[in-house]
Amino acid sequence: MSASPQTPGIVAGRLSSSRIAENFADIAPPLTGHEALVAADRCYFCYDAPCATACPTSIDIPMFIRQIATGTPESAAMTIFEQNILGGMCARVCPTETLCEEVCVREVAEGKPVEIGRLQRYATDILMAEDGHPFERAASTGRRVAVVGAGPAGLACAHRLAMLGHDVVIYDARPKGGGLNEFGIAAYKAVGGFAQKELDWLLGIGGITVEYGRALGPDLSVDGLKAEFDAVFLGMGLGGVNELGLDGSDRVGVRRAVDFIAELRQAEDLAALPVGRRVVVVGGGMTAVDAAVQSKLLGAEEVTIAYRRGADRLSASGHEQEHAKNSGVRIVTNAVPVAIRGNGRLEAVTFGYTADGPDGLRETGDTFDLVADQLLVAIGQTASGLPEGLAMDGGKIAVTGAGRTSIDSVWAGGDCAAGGEDLTVTAVAEGRDAAMDIHAGLTG
Amino acid sequence: MADLRTDFVGIKSPNPFWLASAPPTDKEYNVRRAFEAGWGGVVWKTLGYDPHIVNVNGPRYGAIWGADRRLLGLNNIELITDRPLQVNLDEITAVKRDYPDRAVVVSLMVPCDEESWKGILPAVEATGADGIELNFGCPHGMSERGMGAAVGQVPEYIEMVARWCKASTRMPVIVKLTPNITDIRKPARAAKAGGADAVSLINTISSITSVNLDTFSPEPSIDGKGSHGGYCGPAVKPIALNMVAEIARDPETAGMPISGIGGITTWRDAAEFIALGSGSVQVCTAAMTYGFRVVQEMISGLNQWMDEQGHARLADFQGRAVPNVTDWQYLNLNHVAKAKINQDLCISCGRCYAACEDTSHQAIGMSADRVFEVIDAECVACNLCVNVCPVENCITMETMPAGATDPRTGRVVSGEYANWTTHPNNPMATAAE
Repeated sequence: MSASPQTPGIVAGRLSSSRIAENFADIAPPLTGHEALVAADRCYFCYDAPCATACPTSIDIPMFIRQIATGTPESAAMTIFEQNILGGMCARVCPTETLCEEVCVREVAEGKPVEIGRLQRYATDILMAEDGHPFERAASTGRRVAVVGAGPAGLACAHRLAMLGHDVVIYDARPKGGGLNEFGIAAYKAVGGFAQKELDWLLGIGGITVEYGRALGPDLSVDGLKAEFDAVFLGMGLGGVNELGLDGSDRVGVRRAVDFIAELRQAEDLAALPVGRRVVVVGGGMTAVDAAVQSKLLGAEEVTIAYRRGADRLSASGHEQEHAKNSGVRIVTNAVPVAIRGNGRLEAVTFGYTADGPDGLRETGDTFDLVADQLLVAIGQTASGLPEGLAMDGGKIAVTGAGRTSIDSVWAGGDCAAGGEDLTVTAVAEGRDAAMDIHAGLTG
Repeated sequence: MADLRTDFVGIKSPNPFWLASAPPTDKEYNVRRAFEAGWGGVVWKTLGYDPHIVNVNGPRYGAIWGADRRLLGLNNIELITDRPLQVNLDEITAVKRDYPDRAVVVSLMVPCDEESWKGILPAVEATGADGIELNFGCPHGMSERGMGAAVGQVPEYIEMVARWCKASTRMPVIVKLTPNITDIRKPARAAKAGGADAVSLINTISSITSVNLDTFSPEPSIDGKGSHGGYCGPAVKPIALNMVAEIARDPETAGMPISGIGGITTWRDAAEFIALGSGSVQVCTAAMTYGFRVVQEMISGLNQWMDEQGHARLADFQGRAVPNVTDWQYLNLNHVAKAKINQDLCISCGRCYAACEDTSHQAIGMSADRVFEVIDAECVACNLCVNVCPVENCITMETMPAGATDPRTGRVVSGEYANWTTHPNNPMATAAE
C-alpha cells in the first residue's frame, strides 16, 4: 500500500483492498430465516395500516409480513411486486425511516418499528433467487410504447405495460440501465451488482427491448417517438446539476458529487479509485451524504459536509445524518461556500456563516476556511435537455393525473416530472400509474 | 419470606413444586440434579413389570411454537419407564435416602388385575418412597394394552384399583386422571369412592401436533407414520385449570386433595392452581424446555407474591378461588360493563376496530385520523377488543354503576344481583321471591 489517509492530494489506495471491501460491504445484511420470523412476528397486522398508507407504492405491508410469518415469503414477494416491481431495490434504498417505518405503530409506541425494509428485502431476495420471472404477459395488444429512461420510473412503466400485453422499447442515454439505482446511490446499499441483476430479472417478463446510448436529441425526438409508437413515457430523470457559481470551480479537485458517485459505482476496483485527503462536500441531501460517506470509506482522512441552512433543514433524513456521523463525517450547517482557494489545484474552501432572517437566508459576514484537496458539489440536480414544447412546472415537466404531460400521448414520471419526492419508490409509483393510464387509453 | 412448606396427604416437601412423572424423573441422575436445583419433590417416572416396555427409536416429541419459537405445546409418545424394574427401585431407594426432606412419589402402571397391583406395592414401599401415584392417564401405547387411560376412562376400574392399592399399602395413594374424558368429575368421584387419598391432574391430552405437508405424516413422524401423543405445556393450562376447579367445587369431591398439573410454567401458573384448590403442583414441560433451574424463579416468584399479599403459608390462599367458580346460570346478569380505550396508551393499530367491526358488535368507531373509540350504545362488553389489543391495560372493561343508564339497552343499571334462573326469558325461571 503506497498511500495512506494522510497522503496529500487526490490519490488511490488509501486503504487496503480488504479494508475497502469491508467498508463497502452490505450496510444492512439480509435477515436470516429465523430473524425474519421474529421480525415479522412483531407486526400487529394493523387495520388500515399507516405503513401501507405511507408507502408511495401502497404495498400491503401487513399482508406481506403475515405471509413471511406464515412461511410463504414467495407469496409475500408477490404482494410486494404486484405494487412495486422494484421492491427489491426499494427494500435497500427507501428511506423507510421517513416512510413506512416512521409511522409504524410500534415506532410510535416504542421507538422500534417493525423492520419493514429488511423484511421486504428478505421476501424479495427469496423470490428473485428463483428461476424465471414471476409475472406473465397478457395476450399481445399489438400496441407499442416508447419509454425514455431505464431508471426506476421507466422500468416500472415498461414492466407494467409489458405485463398488460403491450410491446415496449426503452431508450437510455447511458451504456447501462438502472438509472440512479446503477449510477446514483451509495455502493453499500446495493451490493453484488444488484441493480443490474434486478434489471435483468425485470426484463424477464419479455416484450421489452432496451436501446442503450440513445438520449433524447436530434436523433431521438418526442415527435419522432410519437410518430412511431402509440404512446411515449418520459422518465429520463434529472440530467443537470446545480453549480456553485464561484470562480475557481474549474480547479483540479472540484467536482460534481453525482459524477464522483457514478464513477465509484462503475469502478472495477474501489482501491484504485482516487479520493482526497481532506474532502469537503457541499449540500444537504442524500447525494451529499452518499458522496461524503463513501469518500470516508475510501480512506479520506477528513470529510466535511457543509450545508448552507440550519440542521433542521437538511433534506437527508435523521437516519442518513446519523449514518454519516457514525462513519466519521463532520456535518457543518449554516455555512455557504464563498470562495475556492488554490493555484490551479484546490487548496481550501472559504465559507461564510449564514443565519435565517426575516428576508430569508443571509450571510453574517463571518467566514472560515476548510483546507481541502477535493470539493464535491451536491447542491441539487435539475432537468436538462428536455424536449421543446412540454409545459413545465418549477423546472420539471408539468403533469396532471397519472403523469399526463401537455402533449397528447406523452406521459412523464420520476424525477424529471413535477410533483412527488425524488425517491426511487416515488418514481416506481409514477411509472406504474402512468402505465395503467396509458393502458386505459390504448384499450379504452 | 413466606412459608412454602407443603404437606400433601402426609407427603412433606420444602415447596409445592414437584416434577411430574415423565422423562425428567426417569432416573437417579436426573432426580438428583432436580433436587440440587431446588425441586420440592418428584413423581418418579411410571414403573411397570418386567420385561420393561420399549420406546420408539425415532422422534418422541412434537411441538407447537409461538413467536421466536417459544414452545407453547409439547406432545409425546413416550411410554412408561423403559428400564428394568429393579434398577428403578434401587435408584429410588438411594435418592430417597440422600434427600429425606424431599417428596418422592412413585408412579405405577401395571395390568388391571388385583394380583399385579398388590404384587408391586411391597417392592415400592421398600424403597422408602413417600407415596404412589396410579397412572390412569397415559393416552398412548399403554392404553392399547388395557392400561393407563384405558383404565382412567372407566370410573369403575379406577375405584377398583384404588381400593386394591389402599388395602395393600401404608403409602398414600394418588390417582392421576386423564383429561381424555367427557366429565372429569366421574373419575374423581370414583377415586374417592375407592379410598384414594388424592387425585392429580391433568395427564396429557390426546393430540396430533401437526401434519407434515410434504410427507403427509402426522408429527412426530416415525418412518412416515405418526400416532396420537399426549399434549402438555403452556397451551393446556386452561383445560387443566377448569378440570381442577370442577373437582374442587363438586360437592362429592370437594376437599379431596388435588395435585395440580398442566402447563405450569411460572410461579403465577402455580399460584393459580393452588388458588383453585391444589395442594401441590407438578411440572414437566417447563423443566424440559428450560432445565431444572426454572424452579428457582417459581420459588422466588411465589414467595414474593405471597409476601406482597400477606399470605404467610400456602394454606392462606389455597382454594380461595374455588367459591368464585360457578355455573353460568348464576352469573349476575345485572352487571353491565363497557369497554374503554385509554387514548394515551393507544397506538392506533386498529386491531380492536377490525375485531369488533368484522366479527362482533360494531361498537368501536374509527375517525379519519385513526382515533378509535368505543360506542357505548353498541358495546356488549364482550372483551374481544381487550383480548386482541397488543397493549396491556390500554382497553379496560369499566363496570357501570348502579343507577346509570345503559345506552345500549336504555335500561337503568340495577344494583341488585339477578341471574338466569329468575330471568323472564328463561322458560324454566323460578319466580323471584
